[in-house]
Amino acid sequence: MSATFTKSMARNVFYGGGVFFFLLFLALTFDTMKVLPKRDNSQNITPAVAHGKKLWETNNCIGCHTLLGEGAYFAPELGNVYTRRGPDFIKAWIKGQPTGVPGRRQMPQFNLSDADIDDVVAFLKYASEINTNKWPPNIEG
Amino acid sequence: MKYKSQAVAKLYFIAAIGLFLGQILFGLIMGLQYVVGDFLFPAIPFNVARMVHTNLLIVWLLFGFMGASYYLIPEESETELFSPKLAIITFWVFLAAGAITVLGYLLVPYASLAKWTGNDLLNTMGREFLEQPLPTKVGIVLVALSWLFNIVMTVLKGRKTAISLVLSLGMLGLAVFFLFSFYNPVNLVKDKFYWWWVVHLWVEGVWELILGAMLAFVLIKVTGVDREVVEKWLYVIITMTLVTGIIGTGHHYFWIGAPAYWQWWGSVFSALEPIPFLMMTIFAFNMVNKRRREHPNKAAVLWALGTSVMAFLGAGLWGFLHTLAPINYYTHGTQLTAAHGHLAFFGAYALVVLTMISYAMPVLRGRAANPERAQIMEMWSFWLMTIAMFFIALFLTGAGIVQVWLQRMSPTPMSFMAVQDQISIFYWAREGAGLVFLIGLLLYIGSFFVKGESHAFE
Repeated sequence: MSATFTKSMARNVFYGGGVFFFLLFLALTFDTMKVLPKRDNSQNITPAVAHGKKLWETNNCIGCHTLLGEGAYFAPELGNVYTRRGPDFIKAWIKGQPTGVPGRRQMPQFNLSDADIDDVVAFLKYASEINTNKWPPNIEG
Repeated sequence: MKYKSQAVAKLYFIAAIGLFLGQILFGLIMGLQYVVGDFLFPAIPFNVARMVHTNLLIVWLLFGFMGASYYLIPEESETELFSPKLAIITFWVFLAAGAITVLGYLLVPYASLAKWTGNDLLNTMGREFLEQPLPTKVGIVLVALSWLFNIVMTVLKGRKTAISLVLSLGMLGLAVFFLFSFYNPVNLVKDKFYWWWVVHLWVEGVWELILGAMLAFVLIKVTGVDREVVEKWLYVIITMTLVTGIIGTGHHYFWIGAPAYWQWWGSVFSALEPIPFLMMTIFAFNMVNKRRREHPNKAAVLWALGTSVMAFLGAGLWGFLHTLAPINYYTHGTQLTAAHGHLAFFGAYALVVLTMISYAMPVLRGRAANPERAQIMEMWSFWLMTIAMFFIALFLTGAGIVQVWLQRMSPTPMSFMAVQDQISIFYWAREGAGLVFLIGLLLYIGSFFVKGESHAFE
């Protein structure tokens, strides 16, 4: 690099650039938070949804599944599972695990009560109604 | 070594390598579970193996960063470490906390672990990479603060260089952004939005500052190129990192409920994220070409050049592959993401820590460089691990492309599990490459025990 561009100039560009783009990021974040209520389905967050989310987390569902495309890639996407499979299938599926089919990927039995499973389903229904800009491309997730 | 207190780095490096081995073993378990679904079930379900695999990665890299800074900061500052005792205490606290956490994952159902560790007080668990129980998370904050304090105090009492400044800033950012792991709103969109403030702003932001500083330090040492030149490069590279990487966070906001305008911000800025990595490659090769000395530690030079190339391929090229919104629409959350994740973490962060260890460990053991035979073995391990990881990424890329086609683009889309059956050949191949990686790692560990005539200091 040329000698006219000194180290202290480079340092100033670093500070200036870093601060400028972080502030821009904060501004975009601020705007995002403002418009989010129109998209994030938060009006449908009930105590059941909140409890369902907690069960989702404390059973580490994300360790195998994706949710809106984020998580592990070992098991199906669950952001749209409510529309793909419907509530009854989901409940029966969770209760019926593990399948024990030799060689197949196995989902653990989490010993949830019926009320708990209802809350997990409520959470998945809430998640399925978030405006994700039409992702995933089709029902298979 | 020049300063006695640098010796604490050795503990950190040994722990890092040990945990790295653990990470790879769990990776192989998971790789097999992809094709033999009930392997080790129910003793170690996939989600548990994955937590161990990813958490060990984070912890061993942090051990590596800490060890590296305890080694390089005294030398940069030309003074003893502020408190070697604090560094040693922090080491044992972190190691114990890490070990207890991993044992907790393995021995206790996750829901019980959550209940016993106070997750009801503050829900923070059960999110990808942030699975740690609350006490562990608090421990990580304390360890990071103790590390930062020790380093900053050392810098303040000695010479202030660009390398130590950039490293300290990176550590500060690491500590600050981790605090977002304590914020977990019920609103899933906000949860995901700020989750990335830890994950993205770490690996595509502040960690790159730490990476740049470590690489610059080793390059000065092994090439003897003028510090002014190296540090100017460092500033320019990390400027590009922050300019592209901060707004680049937007490439995670396409499909999680955030406004659609992030598709533009995220695509444009993250498409530029390879630039700092490309500059890093040019920088490293330039410095080595202009070297003013032949350092006897040839292995360290190889690791340093390897870092710059593999970071560009993994983080830069493989990231670019699926970062544009119209492409990401189809690839989001598939094996392509896994391919990028593996090559990027290995290329940028695993390799820079191994670079630092390769340079510093011989010095810590009282010589300028290891015996020729040990270095040859180390270089073999570099090639085996690097090529194996490259093939892991290639196989996962193949798996991802077929997955995207069968599940998301085909006129008759197949279900997730049906697709997984179709792509099992890629998973078998990946597992094979994983075994080669393990051989490389064992060879690496073995290289520390090769005896012979080592290079004395000049």
